[in-house]
Amino acid sequence: MYKYDQYDQAMVDARVAEFRDQAKRRLEGKLSEDQFKPLRLMNGLYLQLHAYMLRVAVPYGTLNSTQMHALADIADKYDRGYGHFTTRQNIQYNWIKLEDAGDILADLAKVEMHAIQTSGNCIRNISSDHFAGAAQDELIDPRPYAELLRQWSSFHPEFMYLPRKFKIAVIASDTDRAAMKLHDIGIQIVKNTSGELGASFFVGGGMGRTPMIAPNIREFVPLDQLVTYSEACLRVYNRYGRRDNKYKARIKILVHELGAEEYTRQVEEEFALLLEQGIEPPFAELERIKPFFADPAFEDSAKTVDRSDPDFALWVDRNTNRHKHDSYVSAVISLKPVGGIPGDATAEQMHLMADLAKDYSFDELRVMHTQNIVLPHVKITDLHALWTKLDEAGLGTPNLDQIGDIIACPGLDYCSLANARSIPLAQKIAQRFDETGKGDTLGELKLKISGCINACGHHHAGHIGILGVDKKGVENYQLSLGGSEAEDTALGKITGRGFDEAGVVEAVETVTDVYLQNKQGEERFLDTYNRIGMAPFKEALYD
Amino acid sequence: MTDIGTSPDGVQLRFRNDEPVDHASVTVDAFLEQSNANAVRVEPGDDARALLPHLGQIQLVEVNFPAFGDGRGYSSARILREAGYEGEIRAVGDVLVDQLPYMKRCGFDAFEPDAALNSDDVENALNRWPEVYQAATDNGTPIWNKRHAAAS
Repeated sequence: MYKYDQYDQAMVDARVAEFRDQAKRRLEGKLSEDQFKPLRLMNGLYLQLHAYMLRVAVPYGTLNSTQMHALADIADKYDRGYGHFTTRQNIQYNWIKLEDAGDILADLAKVEMHAIQTSGNCIRNISSDHFAGAAQDELIDPRPYAELLRQWSSFHPEFMYLPRKFKIAVIASDTDRAAMKLHDIGIQIVKNTSGELGASFFVGGGMGRTPMIAPNIREFVPLDQLVTYSEACLRVYNRYGRRDNKYKARIKILVHELGAEEYTRQVEEEFALLLEQGIEPPFAELERIKPFFADPAFEDSAKTVDRSDPDFALWVDRNTNRHKHDSYVSAVISLKPVGGIPGDATAEQMHLMADLAKDYSFDELRVMHTQNIVLPHVKITDLHALWTKLDEAGLGTPNLDQIGDIIACPGLDYCSLANARSIPLAQKIAQRFDETGKGDTLGELKLKISGCINACGHHHAGHIGILGVDKKGVENYQLSLGGSEAEDTALGKITGRGFDEAGVVEAVETVTDVYLQNKQGEERFLDTYNRIGMAPFKEALYD
Repeated sequence: MTDIGTSPDGVQLRFRNDEPVDHASVTVDAFLEQSNANAVRVEPGDDARALLPHLGQIQLVEVNFPAFGDGRGYSSARILREAGYEGEIRAVGDVLVDQLPYMKRCGFDAFEPDAALNSDDVENALNRWPEVYQAATDNGTPIWNKRHAAAS
């Protein structure tokens, strides 16, 4: 895991002092709310429906047990005893008082954490593959590159007042577990034909009201030009991204309106000029960062588990991922218990997850963009003991990538932008499929719910997506099918007219019936949809 | 042609020793048409690169911030500095105290905010950051260069 040196610590400490000073000036009336707003947003403080929300950065989704304990303590001390893990691998607290915010940031700084640039029109926390450094299928650990970009993007003087927020994801596997092509910049670390590592740049993806899949604008940027190329992408956006309309201000609109070719031409032009400026970090910095992410001391041991307990066997089958060392797996702790709030964890659960990480996973945890937690390096022989403890704490739900593993935004229960509730709907769907036992027959099925067009619940990328809209004062839900945030990135298509809450639960059941009737062999829901198309689903829903 | 811009009397902060230009600046379009002016005002939508062929004759570039949230001016200033411009770059308009460190890093060396900034707050803002992470157009040595200074 990355460790701060005195420089990193000094910057985070300075940020805490700056925020305390800003909050004080706000209270003294020296700053208007309009002037204070971007400052607090760039410290993760958001004004929600009922209270302030604080979003804490978890860089590339990686944290240690000390940090997880600290997050639990914050939940207890300053919130209502729980936190909410987000689709960008962060955590947010929904019931924060403005006057506590400085103290919370100070508590975070003590464990090398912060809320810097977790909101606002700036470069946000860099996300990555939650199985980084563990997955059997990765080319290399992507996190050193994400860390380099974290440093570059922190307090970047030119890019603090961009047209709109800016999200970057870095992966290094052909399997995309980070929705890379749905980011403003998605970077895949690749190897060229001469065996050299480089970065493939995808720019202009995003969800929101105008979902776009990022086009590949450069297949190979040498690693010693990674920062300069990123800077060129950002400068073209900062200068020419639209500022006349908030809803057209994301880079995806610029890339779309210019065309990927013209945007690329402008980036290349800027890149050539920036190369002369010598802004690239010394290459030794990457070499300094890499050892922080070196493999822990893996040991050989048994490679199979005793499957005599069917509940345990099911959890192993569903919630573990193949590890690069064959005596280990990555184990997923589901934060989606049936009837629970997707992504929420209590302080007690956070403490337990931290302890388990210490005991069973080399002191390391990951936050998944699907709002679950990963213990990346668990010895296969420890799995039963781990599962037993998780199960006792209500954290052993065996539903990774199943219909109950729903991504849902906070929705109308918390969010001032929402048109409809997301959480109660997620709960009803999970309960329905659990009660009927049908959930177990569906295999991988990614269901995602957003309470408004801003798409924080990633509904465009759901195999089944649900979008809450307001129809003459009544909550109404649109259904879409065929989306994916994985390497087969696709945007879902709307089935037709929307449903009320009870109706959309029925509709989800109907489309899963169509899948089961048409499924061939080992096809997933998405595969069947891609083969048979929308028509049979539409017919079942509306005829 | 109407002169626009500000008088040197309104400049609250100036980090230069030379004499300020004592007359008003012209728009980029006007400058490019008549080109005997030495002070020009860059609006957010202007392309600062249009000035690059004429940098030798320019002594003052005012970069206007009609609204503090519009960050295009930061790029304009850096582009001018990257091209070797050494004259004054003055941030004018809706300039807020917490933005000063970032603006200075992008090459601004004079500030004329619409609303005067509190001098204690200015002092705090300018001394806020012990280090810089990345290269820009100031003299700050990025943290990563400091880390590897011995090696390079």
